[in-house]
Amino acid sequence: MSLAAKDLHASMRGVTRVYPAVEDHPAVHALGPVDLDLRLGEFFSVVGPSGCGKSTLLDVLAGLAPASAGTVTFEGRSVTGQVPEGTGVVFQEDASFPWLTVWDNAAFALRRAAVSESVVRERVDHTLSFMGLADFSSAYPAQLSGGMRQRLCIARTLVTRPRLLLLDEPFGALDQQTRLLMGDELLRIWRQTGATIFLITHALDEAAMLSDRVGVMSARPGQLIEIVETCWPRDRDSTIVSRPEFGEVTGRLWARLRGESLKALELTGMHRGRVIAS
Amino acid sequence: MSVTLGKPARIRPRLPSSVGLDRLLLLLAVLLVWQALTWLAGPEVITSPVATVRKLASIMTASDFAGHAYETGRAFAAALIISLLGGLAAGLILGSRRLAGEVAEPLLVAFYSIPKVTLYPVILLLFGLGVSAKIAFGAIHGIIPVALFAMNAVRNIRSVHVRAARAMRLTPLQIATYVLVPAALPEIIAGFRIGFALTLLGTLIGEMFASQRGIGYMLVQAMETNDIGTIMALALLLGTIATAVSWALLRLDRSLNEQH
Amino acid sequence: MSRAGFIRLLVVAAAIFALEVACRAGVIDAITIIPPSAMAAGAWNLLVSGRYTQDILLTLGSVGLAVVLAIVGGFGLGYVLFRLPRLRRALDPLLASYYAVPTFVFYPLFIVLFGLNRLPLVAIGFVFAVIAMAINTLTGFERVPPVLRRTAKALRLSEPATLVGITMPACAPYLLTGAKLVIAYSFIGVIAGEFVLSGAGVGHQIAFAYNNFDNPNMYGLMLLLIGFVSALNMVLFAWERRFYRRRGLT
Repeated sequence: MSLAAKDLHASMRGVTRVYPAVEDHPAVHALGPVDLDLRLGEFFSVVGPSGCGKSTLLDVLAGLAPASAGTVTFEGRSVTGQVPEGTGVVFQEDASFPWLTVWDNAAFALRRAAVSESVVRERVDHTLSFMGLADFSSAYPAQLSGGMRQRLCIARTLVTRPRLLLLDEPFGALDQQTRLLMGDELLRIWRQTGATIFLITHALDEAAMLSDRVGVMSARPGQLIEIVETCWPRDRDSTIVSRPEFGEVTGRLWARLRGESLKALELTGMHRGRVIAS
Repeated sequence: MSVTLGKPARIRPRLPSSVGLDRLLLLLAVLLVWQALTWLAGPEVITSPVATVRKLASIMTASDFAGHAYETGRAFAAALIISLLGGLAAGLILGSRRLAGEVAEPLLVAFYSIPKVTLYPVILLLFGLGVSAKIAFGAIHGIIPVALFAMNAVRNIRSVHVRAARAMRLTPLQIATYVLVPAALPEIIAGFRIGFALTLLGTLIGEMFASQRGIGYMLVQAMETNDIGTIMALALLLGTIATAVSWALLRLDRSLNEQH
Repeated sequence: MSRAGFIRLLVVAAAIFALEVACRAGVIDAITIIPPSAMAAGAWNLLVSGRYTQDILLTLGSVGLAVVLAIVGGFGLGYVLFRLPRLRRALDPLLASYYAVPTFVFYPLFIVLFGLNRLPLVAIGFVFAVIAMAINTLTGFERVPPVLRRTAKALRLSEPATLVGITMPACAPYLLTGAKLVIAYSFIGVIAGEFVLSGAGVGHQIAFAYNNFDNPNMYGLMLLLIGFVSALNMVLFAWERRFYRRRGLT
């Protein structure tokens, strides 16, 4: 589906990623070809079976990894092997710096950008209160829980006011209840910053609940086989799980995903020579 | 039968087969540098690789060498048994009894870091000159690292494994044999590697101070007469033996780690 | 003080007390070991008399120089090994067997190379300590979580900025451990060298006292040395533990 240029925030055309052969491992065709249009200000999630290349998709979109073929554009300019200004990334693993306090962690990214210290202080204070971390400013990450550390990583990215926020399974290590609450957090951030959000997750309910659109990826090599529109209102929160439409969306996603997941399982099964029973 | 879904584990890369070639190249490079140093400094200061090997051959074929080697060997063997078994026993006990471990660890670490040279006079006074002093030297060098590694190995056993074993109603002895030892083995072997090297060092030092026989004694003679040729030949011998054993233990370590 | 610490203190005190009693009661004769109180008196006397001040300063100077050289050299070597994994894999067995060869047998070699001064002793300390620093540096670099490198890329940091702002702080605990080992090994190397073939320094004086059956001075010096090194190690150990704990590392 093509969009008017002014509504298009980022896009990918014919993107593939092939990992070259290394010593005794053959080349791996991890991703693509993928075509994707991201609308300005939308919340877009990607779900897919394990190993389908979701993280690779995010890496290429972010400019962390180059595409082997195809083009990636962000705000009209092409993205090639370098992370463009205006993009922020939150990873699955805890990326907080254990040697800095919460406050210094949050300030880190902005400080690299030659901004005056008073601006840094103002933005960091604001973002830390926004993320509910103001009381922990002088604590070290090791003293925080996993969920709070991820909030810190999100805060660090938010301080730089990204227009496109990419999150790679940010809540994967958290328990279900915390995840639902963090989902609410993310929606709040989305509404208040107006950024475009691109989220990778393996949790169907999370994708269904949070997003305007959900892309379903096939087993490796990952391609987008369906995009589901949820038509949720902008001011949604986690309570929409009680709505019947939520069940429908999740059902549609699983219907598409189930076959791909079995395929992915077979791929890993054959690869390791183990027998899988369904 | 159910299968857990999740990210497929990264395949741990095997050592590329070129490592053997790399080691050969490294050996060649070392020999070249050695030869260059001989040319620079002169053969009285550093004997060339060829001369060193020849000297070693002549030392090893001399009539008294067997006696010296045997002397060192038996002292080392005794010291090694004490280091490895004593250290292992101590480490296992201290690792499994929390309070004892907490009390003992700083003491062990402190003892490990004091220059044991300072204790040599005490050892000599306690054991006199002779083979028991040598064994004592060797043992005090090796026993601490073996104990520390074994202690850590036991502490690092994942409690979930022990819980699972208890849930399967295994007796304590069965738990020790089928769960504790296999789980702790890689780190215990790592401790053995260091213990081996240090015990050898300690035994040699003991011979240097406390004996009229043995390879350590040969070394100290050569040092006092400035016989560089002998020093280098013996150092080559010791280095080769230590490297060979270390390499063997490293392979054992690695093959055990593949299971983890 | 923690319960473990208290018990530890009791154990050490009991051991010293037992030794004192055994010595005084004649179970252990004074030619072998003198009572701990006499050791302490000997240590005190020689400190006060200043008889060995020159030697102590010489030893500390040599150790200090060896420490600095080993930390710098070991760090460089560790970094090189980190960047050249092929070299590292080839060297693996050698690194582990390094400590089996009593490297101070090369003392005469160093004398010929550097002359009859303190440098050969510094060289021994250096040779003994540098590998420990290299290994710990290597471990430190390897233990930097990959996600931090990706973060540096995501923040568009240059290579030098990444090294200074992220890699080095992440390695710092391991570098501290390396430095701690360097200090211990430098002491061992220098004192061993002094023991064997030197005319000055604490190691030499201990050997001299031993050969002259001068137990009070010998044990006094030993006590001083052990006391100093232990105190230094405890400080570094406590510092290191605080460092690790603040980071949430074990």
